[in-house]
Amino acid sequence: MVPKRRATAGMLNSKTLFNGHRAAGDYDTGMNILHQPLINNTGNRLRTLVTLTITSIILISIVIAGIYLYGTAMHTDFAAKSLGPSLTNPFGSDWMGRNMLIRTVAGLATSILVGLLAATVSAAIAFILGATAALGGKKADAAITWLIDLMLGVPHIVLLILISFAIGRGFWGITIGVALTHWPSLARVIRAEILQCQESNFVACARQLGRRPLQIARDHMLPYVFPQLLVGLILLFPHAILHEAALTFLGFGLSPEQPSIGIILSESMGHLSAGMWWLALFPGLALILVVLLFDRAGSLLRRLIDPYRSQE
Amino acid sequence: MPGAAMLRFSFQQLLKFILLLFAVSIVVFVLVSASPVDPIQANVGQTAYINMSEAKRAQLAEYWGTNTPLIERYLNWFGAVLHGDLGTSLRYNAPVAQVIGQRFATSAILLALAWTISGIIGFCLGIAAAVCKDHWPDRCIKAYCFLLASTPTFWLALIFLTVFSVLLGWFPLGFSQPIGLAAGQVSIFDTIHHAVLPALTLSIIGVANIALHTREKTIDVLQSDYVRLARSRGEGTASIIRRHGLRNIALPAVTLQLAAISEIIGGSVLVEQVFSYPGLGQAAVTAGLGSDVALLAAIALFSAALVFVGNLAANLLYGLVDPRIRRTRLKGRRFGRSPRKIEDSADGA
Repeated sequence: MVPKRRATAGMLNSKTLFNGHRAAGDYDTGMNILHQPLINNTGNRLRTLVTLTITSIILISIVIAGIYLYGTAMHTDFAAKSLGPSLTNPFGSDWMGRNMLIRTVAGLATSILVGLLAATVSAAIAFILGATAALGGKKADAAITWLIDLMLGVPHIVLLILISFAIGRGFWGITIGVALTHWPSLARVIRAEILQCQESNFVACARQLGRRPLQIARDHMLPYVFPQLLVGLILLFPHAILHEAALTFLGFGLSPEQPSIGIILSESMGHLSAGMWWLALFPGLALILVVLLFDRAGSLLRRLIDPYRSQE
Repeated sequence: MPGAAMLRFSFQQLLKFILLLFAVSIVVFVLVSASPVDPIQANVGQTAYINMSEAKRAQLAEYWGTNTPLIERYLNWFGAVLHGDLGTSLRYNAPVAQVIGQRFATSAILLALAWTISGIIGFCLGIAAAVCKDHWPDRCIKAYCFLLASTPTFWLALIFLTVFSVLLGWFPLGFSQPIGLAAGQVSIFDTIHHAVLPALTLSIIGVANIALHTREKTIDVLQSDYVRLARSRGEGTASIIRRHGLRNIALPAVTLQLAAISEIIGGSVLVEQVFSYPGLGQAAVTAGLGSDVALLAAIALFSAALVFVGNLAANLLYGLVDPRIRRTRLKGRRFGRSPRKIEDSADGA
């Protein structure tokens, strides 16, 4: 365990140098900092499980509440416009008298759903390409590695703008855009995991015992890679959600009728100079909270299913 | 590095660069062509389009090449690019090369400031955290980094704008120069004054990455045998960091920072939008929203080239400083795990 972690520590610095494989869960997009566990002193698996459950329940309730409030989020009340935050209306209301708390929750639900769809598709792409690179021979490996380098070679936002421009704005444009751009880091991890697994003693042993490649893939590789894929999928969420919000904010994503954090924040731009600071502050904080919750869920889940980290 | 190997390496990198730009140009072109946006409608506006005669529409379609097949259009465009003609920007009504030049000149101050500040602050925070590992400074710095990693750049920009420009009035509300002054009247002070807040936003977000990696690297160094030897000789922590640490920590940090250029450019798109800063990032958004195909394609190529140069510089620097990597590279074993094993064992893992 110790050498494995040490190996990951400095190696990210030279990420462009090596295509050599990385230790588990080590994504190198430069955004990998989200993925390290926040606390190292919880040894109790039960406590981890309970925290994970609570985190998931909070996230799920946000989605359910958001879907339930979707219609109310659009409700305007000009009698109550431009109100600052108060006890009864903690997030305040905007210049059309819309309740910002309801709008924020509905927006978060939209973000989470876009993130869910995009991250799942992205993880599927990552799995297929990563596995093909690892198992498909030298040419496939070179081609996919090159494709990954190509994807990482253009700044992420620029690529997202291009894809959204190609597909058109709106829900599908942004979901497809986010799905198509978030797989490279996870594909690298999957490729590395499979390569590592292939070289392991238990696979060599199974091979010597006469197991067929498909049997090895099913019995040894899938259980080895699946936890990584699952954790990778959950840890894709924060990036997906943040990019969805960013792109919507720029005007490439969801349309203004849909409640979303990106729209809320971009609309608030025109009212900040009038001193309506609450329009930007609280929705942004809520978004950060959701991102942190997802990140927490991912690292807790990893701690539960990754034997190397279960002692942390 | 021997001459022949150096030549081969440069040639390889050049080839890689050309191949990358070629691939990016194809991807960009296919994406742009797949767009449902009709360039004529988007550029003349709805009213003008409806009132336009059929002949005029056909003439415009001809002008923008909407009826030419994709491959032919690509070849035309590519041929023009090879001649140094990137086309004309529809939104800015000027040659694309000129727009990019002007915009990049404005963005460059911002990017350079953000890149340097985030690098220096991140590096110092990383070392501070590692030295105080598991004590409160370390915890604070780590918490700060994790929080920043979850913070949307544009939201932080909005908050800074509200606090420092609207409430406190310390900085201007946007743009890169005071409004209503001729180009000659703008002083360097004005330029910097306008760039500080966007640059600060960008750097604060950029700090997290470099700080966490510097922290890991410093912890590695502090656990090494040579540091133990130095400690047993009676050297203090400050002296150990200065004499044994910096050399080992600084260059990986610079490399990482060079490789992070892509992130900073991405962030600048958002920050420039919030601060109405007329840089390359804002041009990218305008081009994307306004269907300015030529400009969008050129910006994508330009940013890909910048990222490539950053990565190449990181590669070269790493090889220059660490002889173990240079040697393995010259043997032609750049791929696979060999260089890494060498480094791991040399670290004493």
